[in-house]
Amino acid sequence: MTALTSLTLAEARAGFAKKQFSAAELTEAHLAAIEGARSLNAFVLETPERALEMAKASDARIATGTAGPLEGIPLAIKDMFCTAGVRTAACSRILHNFVPTYESTVTANLWRDGAVLLGKTNNDEFAMGSSNETSHCGPVTSPWRRKGSNTPISPGGSSGGSAAAVAAQLCLGATGTDTGGSIRQPAAFTGTVGIKPTYGRCSRWGIVAFASSLDQAGPFARSVRDAALLLGSMAGHDQKDTTSVDRPVPDYAAAAGRSIKGMRIGIPKEYRIDGMPAEIEKLWEQGRAWLKAAGAEMVEVSLPHTKYALPAYYIVAPAEASSNLARYDGVRYGLRVPGRDISALYEKTRAEGFGPEVRRRIMIGTYVLSAGYFDAYYVRAQKVRTLIKKDFEDAFAGGVHAMLTPATPSAAFGIGEKSGGDPVEMYLNDVFTVTVNMAGLPGISVPAGLDAHGLPLGLQLIGRPFDEETLFSLGQVIEYAAGRFQPEKWW
Amino acid sequence: MAAPDKPSKLVKGASGDWEVVIGMEVHAQVASHAKLFSGASTEFGGAPNAHVSLVDAAMPGMLPVINAECVRQAVRTGLGLNAKINFKSVFDRKNYFYPDLPQGYQISQYKSPVVGEGEVAVDMPHGETIKIGIERLHLEQDAGKLLHDRHPSMSYVDLNRSGVALMEIVSKPDLRSSDEAKAYMSKLRTIMRYLGTCDGDMEKGSLRADVNVSVRRPGAPLGTRCEIKNVNSIRFVGQAVDYEVRRQIKILEDGGKIEQETRLFDSDKGETRAMRNKEEAHDYRYFPDPDLLPLEFDAAYVEYLKSGLPELPDEKKVRFTRDFGLSAYDADVLVSERALADYFEAVAKGRDAKAAANWVINELTGRLNKEGKDFAASPVSTAQLGAVLDLIGEGVISGKIAKDVFEIVWNEGGDPRAIVEARGLKQVTDVGAIEKMVDDIIAKNPDKVEQAKANEKLLGWFVGQVMKASGGKANPQTVNELLKKKLKA
Repeated sequence: MTALTSLTLAEARAGFAKKQFSAAELTEAHLAAIEGARSLNAFVLETPERALEMAKASDARIATGTAGPLEGIPLAIKDMFCTAGVRTAACSRILHNFVPTYESTVTANLWRDGAVLLGKTNNDEFAMGSSNETSHCGPVTSPWRRKGSNTPISPGGSSGGSAAAVAAQLCLGATGTDTGGSIRQPAAFTGTVGIKPTYGRCSRWGIVAFASSLDQAGPFARSVRDAALLLGSMAGHDQKDTTSVDRPVPDYAAAAGRSIKGMRIGIPKEYRIDGMPAEIEKLWEQGRAWLKAAGAEMVEVSLPHTKYALPAYYIVAPAEASSNLARYDGVRYGLRVPGRDISALYEKTRAEGFGPEVRRRIMIGTYVLSAGYFDAYYVRAQKVRTLIKKDFEDAFAGGVHAMLTPATPSAAFGIGEKSGGDPVEMYLNDVFTVTVNMAGLPGISVPAGLDAHGLPLGLQLIGRPFDEETLFSLGQVIEYAAGRFQPEKWW
Repeated sequence: MAAPDKPSKLVKGASGDWEVVIGMEVHAQVASHAKLFSGASTEFGGAPNAHVSLVDAAMPGMLPVINAECVRQAVRTGLGLNAKINFKSVFDRKNYFYPDLPQGYQISQYKSPVVGEGEVAVDMPHGETIKIGIERLHLEQDAGKLLHDRHPSMSYVDLNRSGVALMEIVSKPDLRSSDEAKAYMSKLRTIMRYLGTCDGDMEKGSLRADVNVSVRRPGAPLGTRCEIKNVNSIRFVGQAVDYEVRRQIKILEDGGKIEQETRLFDSDKGETRAMRNKEEAHDYRYFPDPDLLPLEFDAAYVEYLKSGLPELPDEKKVRFTRDFGLSAYDADVLVSERALADYFEAVAKGRDAKAAANWVINELTGRLNKEGKDFAASPVSTAQLGAVLDLIGEGVISGKIAKDVFEIVWNEGGDPRAIVEARGLKQVTDVGAIEKMVDDIIAKNPDKVEQAKANEKLLGWFVGQVMKASGGKANPQTVNELLKKKLKA
């Protein structure tokens, strides 16, 4: 059965077509793998009955020749996506008992195309974190370990559960959300492929909001082509989200494998930061070499406002979050801690319902929006954001098709290694990824190698708005060159 | 009718005159079937929480989608207020916690409203027309409702109104008396009812006002203002302003100072009072709603809406006085409601317009008001009333009989001409027949005849007797002439 969990989407589809195995068998194999991997804490809710029911329905459609593009493909869904009749808590105590009556547009698209829900995956509480340690459900342990060490490693965050589940072969693919790097950083840490598409490419309807102007959904997969197939189903215009964009969804999978000959790839010089480990520098150089070998041209570009991106991000994102999370007040759903009056109910519910990192960001956001500080913080951060966007526009206008950067400033860290003291140390993990959210651009993280301890490292490709296709083409080149990475099973 | 003397707008205090300065924020519910950002119904009534969508209840992951109809209505209202329409406006979040506000923020327009400056002409009863500046009009969400009297220790929340679209119309501080404040609000209501952008139904809370009141010595700089929140009828606006003006003048004349504060109007006691410990420095943390793109449209859209606007009361009044020769007063009354004006026009067409105005204003409006009906539900159609007027004009019935015919049509319906025919209500113009009746009355009342010869005023008594004998049908003019002749003889 192990073999069934190591398939790519294309292999699984071929298997169904040749009747080598059924969708039910494929799902059962994954449910067994999930059960055997509970020590990773990747799933916060398993939905085996629903999974089997959906798989059987898939088998029926396969038999009648009405299979969708993702028919019978077992997926894991980040706990930020509302799933009808299936608890959706954003891994927060304040939503611990919340069962939506509605299905997010992105997951509805996946089920429309035949995919199977295995369960909900762990994430940092309300997707606020870079290590999965802020989850109310406890941290996720990465399937990866340093060579010769038992130290539990973080899969990154906030989509740590989805990344770990894909890396540990507990599902064929998973969904994530990315506000400042929450797909790309865990993808890099777990040797998986993760893409945050252009802002507006996927509907945000039914996804628990963190920072509305930055949030985007995207897939995790074990190959570039699988990620392309998944995004093809997830993406699309949605009238229920007015920030989603009405333009056709291209055949992303067809772009994976397309020639990159003659493409000009920007290398932003500001991403060469102080104290960057030599192996990250080396990996980046290797990436350039691979793309060059495939016929692309490397061009140094300048994104002068890069250094302001992280501080500006940590104003904009908490500001929006402080407002978005106001609805969790104990009045209509979720946790309610009674108090002597309505103010006490609010205070107690929110004090007990939110963890420390969420509370910190609500306070930061409330502060930067308050009278007397609004102009100094929020307004300036928005100006910075405009400049960052313009940096990219200028570079792309100069004839660059995409940019290549490291995905993270280091390989994965151990659980607890960065969560003890200064929160800013954790925030610095997002230094290469937040710019992309601030500019609303697509970014993909592709596994490119291992560090000295045997932990995965990823390269990030940043594309022009709605040019995910180029990212898949370039990502495929890196994947062919670097190979794919799989942790040794120890759990 | 002579216009009454223009009254002084100043208020007399113990130590001299005071000038009142009033600015109003009128909240008008947009006439639309669905809420501002959700598809839920805006229908009034219904069981608590019957009209609540996932968006209105602020469920996780829900997103607002602007209702184009509400935008259209706001722009049309802006055009009706002769205001600048902003082709680009922004929705902001006004953040505060309250159980009737599920999102924890109200979506409103703060820095960039959809409608900018405008002006409204308000006709005062003494004949003066005042111009009131409009500062802005913006769209925002209404909140839900808390019910505190259903449970000993808890409050219930009804979200039916949550998310319903409101237009907040902010005036400049151009109003100088409670009468002007009332007339202004009344004019806004009329304009919006003409446009069909707000039903103006105060009982359903479709129109409420926050009234900012201050007083000053004539010519002095503006005084400190108090804001009276949520006044829900035009009459109460007048009462609240009058009370507040007296209160402020008393404080100032006693050597006190006005505290800038928010006050409530208690309609039972007819007084305003400060709201309890209202969070002093309430910081709403306004910022642009990231779930919504800026609201943008082009000049062609505005032109298109402009071309579809109905004739508004100001233009209609000019036309009624010019084309129908009506008095300003009659024209004012007739244009106060679009349905009334339309009704009048239909009746007046091809007939004596002044007579039509009289009948519509006095008979029909009086009768409708008595029964609490509006023009849409009038039991007497324009064709029926027109026929009654025609019968008078043709001399077929007298004005008095006409009122009886009107009454019959009101109660039983039917064609007035046929009714007159069938019930023998036709005016008797046969001089011979009338003469016979006159002679009869004279013969029966010799004593009165003697008195009448001495006192002409007694003629009226004889007219009455003859009319009675004829069942009101005798041509009064003929009766008069015959009596005069015979009693003089």
